[in-house]
Amino acid sequence: MKVSYKWLKQYLDLDMPAKDLAEKIERTAVEVDSVKVAEDGLKKLVVGHILSMKDHPESDHLHICSVDVGEDEPLQIVCGAPNVAAGQKVIVALPNSRIGGNVKIKRSKMRGVESSGMICALDEIGFSKDVVPKEWADGIYVFDDDVPVGEPIYHYLGMDDPIIDLDVTPNRGDMLSIIGTVHELAAIYDQQPEIKKPVVDEDATLDAQAEISATADSKLAKTYKLRVVEDVKIAPSPAWLQIILWNAGIRPINNVVDVTNYILLKYGQPLHSFDKDKINGNITVRNAAKGEKLTTLDEDNHELSTEDIVIADQDQPIALAGVMGGFNTQIDNDTQNVVIESAIFDSFHIRKTAQRHVLHTEASQRFERGINPDGVADALNEAVSLIKQLAGGKIAKGTITASDYHPELPVISITAERTNHVLGTSLKLDEIKAIFDRLGFSSITDGDQLQVTIPARRWDIHIDADLFEEVARIYGYDNLPATLPTGRQTIGVLTAAQRLQRAVRQILEGIGLTQAISYSLTTEEKAKMFLMQSSEPTQLLWPMTQDHTTLRMNLLSGLLDDVAYNHARKVDDVALYESGRVFYKDSADQVRPKEVEHIAGVITGNLTNPSWNNHVKAADFFLIKGMVNQFIVNLGIKGDISYTATDQYPEMHPGRTAEISIHGHDVGFVGQIHPQIAKKFKIKETYAFELDMQALIDLPKNDDQYQAVAKYPSIKRDISIIVDSEITNDQIVQLMQKRGGAYLHEIRLFDVYEGKNVPDGKKSMAYSLTYVNPRETLKDEVVNTAFEKIKKRLTADLNAEIR
Amino acid sequence: MSLRDKLSEIKEKGLADIDQANDLKKLNEIRVHLLGKKGPITAALRGIKELTPEERPEVGSYANKIRDAITEAVSNHREELETAQLNQQLATEKIDVTLPGKPVAQGQPHVIQQIIDQIVDLFLGMGYEVLTGPEVEEDKYNFEMMNLPKNHPARDMQDTFYLSREILMRTQTSPMQARALEKHDFSEGPLKMISPGIVYRRDTDDPTHSHQFHQVEGLVIDEHITMADLKGTLITMAQNIFGDKFDIRLRPSYFPFTEPSVEVDVTCFNCMGKGCDVCKHTGWIEVLGAGMVHPNVLKMAGVDSDVYGGFAFGVGPDRFAMLRYGVDDIRDFYLNDVRFLNQFSKRGN
Ligand SMILES: [Zn+2]
Repeated sequence: MKVSYKWLKQYLDLDMPAKDLAEKIERTAVEVDSVKVAEDGLKKLVVGHILSMKDHPESDHLHICSVDVGEDEPLQIVCGAPNVAAGQKVIVALPNSRIGGNVKIKRSKMRGVESSGMICALDEIGFSKDVVPKEWADGIYVFDDDVPVGEPIYHYLGMDDPIIDLDVTPNRGDMLSIIGTVHELAAIYDQQPEIKKPVVDEDATLDAQAEISATADSKLAKTYKLRVVEDVKIAPSPAWLQIILWNAGIRPINNVVDVTNYILLKYGQPLHSFDKDKINGNITVRNAAKGEKLTTLDEDNHELSTEDIVIADQDQPIALAGVMGGFNTQIDNDTQNVVIESAIFDSFHIRKTAQRHVLHTEASQRFERGINPDGVADALNEAVSLIKQLAGGKIAKGTITASDYHPELPVISITAERTNHVLGTSLKLDEIKAIFDRLGFSSITDGDQLQVTIPARRWDIHIDADLFEEVARIYGYDNLPATLPTGRQTIGVLTAAQRLQRAVRQILEGIGLTQAISYSLTTEEKAKMFLMQSSEPTQLLWPMTQDHTTLRMNLLSGLLDDVAYNHARKVDDVALYESGRVFYKDSADQVRPKEVEHIAGVITGNLTNPSWNNHVKAADFFLIKGMVNQFIVNLGIKGDISYTATDQYPEMHPGRTAEISIHGHDVGFVGQIHPQIAKKFKIKETYAFELDMQALIDLPKNDDQYQAVAKYPSIKRDISIIVDSEITNDQIVQLMQKRGGAYLHEIRLFDVYEGKNVPDGKKSMAYSLTYVNPRETLKDEVVNTAFEKIKKRLTADLNAEIR
Repeated sequence: MSLRDKLSEIKEKGLADIDQANDLKKLNEIRVHLLGKKGPITAALRGIKELTPEERPEVGSYANKIRDAITEAVSNHREELETAQLNQQLATEKIDVTLPGKPVAQGQPHVIQQIIDQIVDLFLGMGYEVLTGPEVEEDKYNFEMMNLPKNHPARDMQDTFYLSREILMRTQTSPMQARALEKHDFSEGPLKMISPGIVYRRDTDDPTHSHQFHQVEGLVIDEHITMADLKGTLITMAQNIFGDKFDIRLRPSYFPFTEPSVEVDVTCFNCMGKGCDVCKHTGWIEVLGAGMVHPNVLKMAGVDSDVYGGFAFGVGPDRFAMLRYGVDDIRDFYLNDVRFLNQFSKRGN
């Protein structure tokens, strides 16, 4: 709501700068979007009087004007506006002036004729085209005759008035009006504004009841009132009214419509004016019938819904109630008799209608937020009085009331103790009462209770908490003490699972992966990749874009998107991990998915930058496997970690992927992204892992990891064997572990070789075995026996050739 | 020449030789020569027989002193030579210490994670527990129990990703208020919780909007929790997250699930309160919403609102990060350009 500071000053004694007033409003009531003075940035714009005018010899549309600007000599100004004429008082931009859009005006020649300045249209001095009255839309603006020549224009166009744009919260519909804002400021500055009740000068010879009748469904319109004014003369509004409207962002139309908009601004009560002679028979307020249509004032055609409220005459809908009037019954230049409507339409219906027809108007906005039931009649009365004042005519006696609503005013009882208990203040009851006095809420002290009567204009207040808010904001949030909660103590600790999740992140960062946060919503295709269990995708009912339609069932596809984003920006080396949720559904008709914590990582390119002494190798399977393994080891989960070759992931390289299990529980996979998938994502050779974090959290941990370090020396034996290529490291290691004897402590593979000196289809593997006896010094003979046994088993079971 | 003088002469010459030895080998030769069985001292001492028995011990003792002096001189000179030799070697080992060190692989936490961790740590220290909840939420928790019934104007269907009429992507972390209130046993103590997580809005992504972002919800409910406690808590948070120089101010606002409701501004990062374009010349920047929990929210969760009450607040870590680091496009947080991610220090502040 754009509020005029000048208008407020008609009711209140305010002398602070508009900026300070705005800040006060912001800190006490509602947010302020902006404070603007239209003349800011403009320079040397004055009222000019066109003394004479002649045609430009070189042009068929330009005129040469002699303009009195209050100086000794008139200025010669060339003007091309179609409506320019001698005798007019106009906006003159003097030489070296500044007009709208920060444009400087200089003396110039137009087709050979000197022009000392410019005669301006409203939009040229910063007016939005939306608020310029139609009569001035295609030409220059012409002042009333009584405007003094040579004076700056700003005052005469309302451009010197600071406009405070309030961003009114949904609960403060009362502040969508000047009167509501005045009440609020009266409370803030502790003033008693006088708000006069309108007096209507009715014509006793004309009876409204005889002119028109109306019926209303009170469920749709709690209050529905009409008044009639006859024999009006439609004309443009006077400047003061036009100024009020355009400063509020509303285009002036004519003296009747402008009055209804003026009342809307002043009371927050939307009104509508009908041309009485275009209405056929009685008016009814009802739901639209199936198939009914209406052309609104903006000349848009609407197919009506049976949920829309319409104003209808005998034949058809004539207005979309509370949203916009109908084209066919609008006031035009020939209108003589008008019907003015003042009503309260049901907010829910209005909201739906505004949404359905995409018609969010000043009226609908106010009906959606609520209307002061005690202001409906006043607004109507002031409207007809003002119409009579501006457009002449006779006000018919009486008001047609199809429905009426005057709720009983709520009385809420509060105590100082409870108020202080909630706010942390130490206010006394009379201090609280003084705040309600300022707000204009009448209250009665009853023992330690304060009975507060809520005026109809504050329909947002229902319970004591609402009153605490009123007390707090008028008392001032700055005056509230700042304390920390006291009372019963609590301990703040992370749960074991939360600690583990933190540790997980630190471990991965320690081994070189940076945390990514990708989008959980992706395409169906990507959502279905890298599936660790069978699952149906979860889809949004109304997605916003094609890229985000489906909840992810893996983290990797998001990380691959990230890699692609980096590659597209010439970053080849990427090492990322992500910790987040995936969403599984057992069946397509299950609505709500199960949310499972996962963790995943990707590496492509180099993990560290190549440098003069850092001869890096691009990431490969064994780098990422080493990382994952170290990661899992660090979690201290009970049981062995094993890696089994798998070709079950269509998105992974079938020969370079391993299923990871811990103590027989599958927890995820590690490997190379399938080259075709890499190509599809437009990424380079990439290695990845994804793990079920929830499983890692749930698996039992080694609580007692400590083992005494052996005091006795260890003995090492190296063994080199040649085996068939198909034999895996795992097979060899498992056999050694099984047959290695009690003292075999560690097996370390130190060489793998295929090629020269090794027969085709074979490979050479070399291991270093460490033997330790924790209780005494090992004897060579014991180790020799154990070592011989391993050799024998390797030969017998794996057909190994010992070298 | 007396034997004693002869020994003195040997000593003088020996010490001079030692002093002149310029490498360890030479020094060792001198030592072996002087002190050896074939050396001059041994040779000179053969003349001892010619002395009287009374003179002998004195000369013998003198000879021993000479041996000791020579041994000491050798040892001292050896140390000098060794030091010189070592220094010579060190001089040849000199490197250019300005050459870069060997790169070490090191990852970073996401900047939003850093801010969440910082908030969580602060509130852990103040006795809050950390709760997490589902991202796919029931309408009941996300809206209804937050005092937003089906036809409430503040509930904009356009803003919500629905999976069905009743199931949606949570639009806020506030449903965790209802979930926590439902579960909490107040006989065990007050409810003090913080709940970070991802939330979703049906928005078009642009520099200031993202269909996915983060929130941290805070909730404290007990028998005597005041709005002053809320103010103090928020000041503590602002100063902990942003710095001691930061202040906050509360402004009235509207949320269906709190009453009174406030919006909270913090001192502008850019101008420290002087006023600039970033803060629209107010010196303040809006950072979060808060308020006293609405009695309806307590009642719907089965909590007696006459006995219990308290405050709630909702923080946007994305917004915090944007303000604190001057990030001007929220999408940068979710596109994961490693050059972007790796800029944010890991030092934990
Ligand atoms: Zn600033």
